[in-house]
Amino acid sequence: MQVVPFLICFPMVIALLMFIIRADKVRNVIAYLGAVITMALVGLLVVQWIQGGCAAMDLYVETEIVDHIILVGDLIVMVVILIYCIKYRRFLISLLSIVPTIIVAYVELAGPKMTPMAHIHVDHLSILMCLIVAVVGGLIIIYSMGYMKGYHEHHKDVQDRRHYFFMVEFLFTGAMMGFVMTDSLFWLILFWEITSLSSFLLISYTRTEEAMTNAFRALWMNLVGGVALSIGVVLMAMATAYPSLQGLIWMGQMDGGQSVITLTIAFMAFASLTKSAQMPFSTWLMGAMVAPTPSSALLHSATMVKAGIYILFRLAPAMSGTATGHMIAIIGGFTFFTASVMAISQTDAKKVLALSTISNLGLMVACAGVGQPEAIWAGIFLMIFHAVSKSLLFLDVGATENSTHSRDIESFHGLLYRAPKLAIYMFIGIVGMFLAPFGMLISKWAALRAVIDGNNLLLIIFIVFGSATTAFYWTKWLGKLISQPYRDADVSKKINDVTKGDENISIGIHAVLMVALCVLFPVLSIFFVDPLLVEQFGQATQALPTGLLYILIFTVCLVFLVPFIARSAGKNTDKSMKMSYMNGINTGANTEFVDALGNPKQLELANSYFVNAAGLKRWMAPCQMIALVVLIIMMSIVLGGVV
Amino acid sequence: MMGINPMIFKIVGIVFFIVLAPFIGGFLEGLDRKISARMQGRVGPPIRQPFYDVRKLLSKEKIFVNKAQGFLLASYLVLMVFSGAMLFGGYDILLCVFVLSTAAAFLYFAASVTSSPYSSIGATRELIQMMAYEPAVLLTCVGFYLVRGSFNVQTIVQGPIATILYLPGFFVAFVFIMTIKMRKSPFDISTSHHMHQEIVKGITTDMGARNMAIFQITEWYENVFLLGIVAMFFLNKNPWSLLAAIIAILVVYFIEIVIDNTNARITADHMLKLTWIVTGVTAGLNLVVLMLIRLF
Repeated sequence: MQVVPFLICFPMVIALLMFIIRADKVRNVIAYLGAVITMALVGLLVVQWIQGGCAAMDLYVETEIVDHIILVGDLIVMVVILIYCIKYRRFLISLLSIVPTIIVAYVELAGPKMTPMAHIHVDHLSILMCLIVAVVGGLIIIYSMGYMKGYHEHHKDVQDRRHYFFMVEFLFTGAMMGFVMTDSLFWLILFWEITSLSSFLLISYTRTEEAMTNAFRALWMNLVGGVALSIGVVLMAMATAYPSLQGLIWMGQMDGGQSVITLTIAFMAFASLTKSAQMPFSTWLMGAMVAPTPSSALLHSATMVKAGIYILFRLAPAMSGTATGHMIAIIGGFTFFTASVMAISQTDAKKVLALSTISNLGLMVACAGVGQPEAIWAGIFLMIFHAVSKSLLFLDVGATENSTHSRDIESFHGLLYRAPKLAIYMFIGIVGMFLAPFGMLISKWAALRAVIDGNNLLLIIFIVFGSATTAFYWTKWLGKLISQPYRDADVSKKINDVTKGDENISIGIHAVLMVALCVLFPVLSIFFVDPLLVEQFGQATQALPTGLLYILIFTVCLVFLVPFIARSAGKNTDKSMKMSYMNGINTGANTEFVDALGNPKQLELANSYFVNAAGLKRWMAPCQMIALVVLIIMMSIVLGGVV
Repeated sequence: MMGINPMIFKIVGIVFFIVLAPFIGGFLEGLDRKISARMQGRVGPPIRQPFYDVRKLLSKEKIFVNKAQGFLLASYLVLMVFSGAMLFGGYDILLCVFVLSTAAAFLYFAASVTSSPYSSIGATRELIQMMAYEPAVLLTCVGFYLVRGSFNVQTIVQGPIATILYLPGFFVAFVFIMTIKMRKSPFDISTSHHMHQEIVKGITTDMGARNMAIFQITEWYENVFLLGIVAMFFLNKNPWSLLAAIIAILVVYFIEIVIDNTNARITADHMLKLTWIVTGVTAGLNLVVLMLIRLF
């Protein structure tokens, strides 16, 4: 199984090449190859794994040299963070990196002798994560080649540091691969810290003051998670001398909530909340919007935020029914509801995507907290659909912004008739996320059932109200896309679609993937997700009768037809066409009416945003406070149960 | 009722819904108009008037503001029939509700695709209505699950005693949002009853001839679907519960007519607030009680 270390190291090597090579064309070719080869390597891993009967693989027991390399890696990450903190005078933040790194190094060097264990664990969940990271992440890298070129054509004021941008993207990909395959908790810490650092580097790309502020916010929040993770790992290593993730889950299931293992699980779960941008840590992900679009996509959809979810899904069997599980479920449900309310008030497409990401992650976190096989089944599907659809949406909004110079949802009115390709992709992305029965709906179905069985009253309320608000902000966006253009300028002018070849390829593949996922959903459930659950829980549940699934596929196909039919109908005009009703004061076009002075007046249409009632200002800070209090109380309960 | 092959039950239920629902819905609307007229001191149209109206709409010259509207409304109809058939066929109620919300999204599309002023305002309001009633609808499903341990409609209607005994709060919440769903005052927010008002006919303003007829027929299906859920609060394995359910349906419909005739339209924001509060208080309290019963 040489492919595993290669899979982790290869992107890192490409990252180095990206930094060294400054010729655009050469670098692009290598980046392209790098992304494609990474996908191929994951393909190879999948093939080898299937040949091994899809059984979980435990590898690399003897790793003394690598352990040292990992330790050096820890120190390098710490030094890099330190340099940035000193340069920008954020001294306190550097402590969040220095203290845990030194403690971890101390335990590794001077702590108890660790029991021999496998350092790499490849199973269904790792394979799934690898696929998401390689395919979605790879497509984002391909997209960013075209996008960043266009970005620097528009933003002359930003220094062109694409070599740096691509370096971080590949570094990040490698770290994520390591993150999802490692079983050693010490290794996990390094990969965790690298992802935190990469998100900082990506957000700070433009080096404006706003970017730096937001980047440091992301950094400290993620580092707080890193501190929690380190504490948990050190505690476990000291107590058991067996810092293995599988061991942790196994011992957690045996454990009655009385020991250090419980603490470790609680700290790791807490860390996951920071990485997955749950309340009260949601603001870093909102701030990450200042970065160029591909990095938003990479951070939000494909990988970064999924790292937290991944850990939670891993820990789910051990968390189910414990105080930690309740904490995670409540915070997740709370985030799902509140973030979706805030998403209603936003007109900026990227902000809506960010808030909806936070909200959807909340639902996944809640599923993990409930911890029943059904809930995890729902959570896994949410994760898959979310990765593809959010990535698609971010990339598409980025391309639309480059073409229309706006990412205000109100300006997307009639996009279907002005930039058809972009609008159709956008439609598919949104539908794939929420309207398609297999995105949100089925997942919600399973989640609700699991939640009710778990007697989790608050969570039911959160899911029920949150799903109402979620439907509101998505549906109104969809409506905007397919509405007829009515402003004079829009009616006559088609947008000059400047989307580059790389971007089109990437977005197109995303869209095809999205539709394929919706249609092949039952197959995926039977052949992949059910075995995954068996591996984790020893049992799986057939959530829905297959017959119903196929009936529902029909529904989703109908929805996918909408933009196509609307577009062809928009072209079709004959004598049966009539003016829309305007009290008889039409001017002869559907775009104008006669005003009180007898002059033609342009029509103005706008959606409802409840700016005051659902605004960020009104909700964010109080929600953070509430979540923080809940978190502190729940953590105290967990600690109190042990001490 | 026991002892018969359950498949026959399903087929009878589905056929019953698909074939008879529009007639029942239309008949109830006729009754509604008649009773409303009597309340207002008018004679009112004959009970069959809704059917005459639809027949006339279908025979009129086909006109469109936007050609896509036909497809979107047809999808609205198909999905509505579909979710109703699933309900009356005894399948999973939560899935019925999900298909129902997808159907409602199609109505929104049909209105907003035109970009005409009144239609768009109506569409936006329709969306707010959806946001207002969805929690109560989902909670109703949750309530059934808590009592019967299943989302399966067939299981729910064959329990030992009527679910309403456990779910009075949920029932109140559901009847409350039915006023929204049936577009009755004070919640005729997206399509006003009287077209000489500020939003004309709201979401239906730009639906002409055949499209309007489709909309009308879909409304009938939807009403029967909703009344079917009302029936689920009463049905149990005792055959006489069917009678109780029918009486309940008629009473609920009558209550809706009375509410309709005694209230003036309120604003969308006010509706949203009011509905969520009512849902939270009635269904929420009921939920707490049920949870406590389950725990102890």
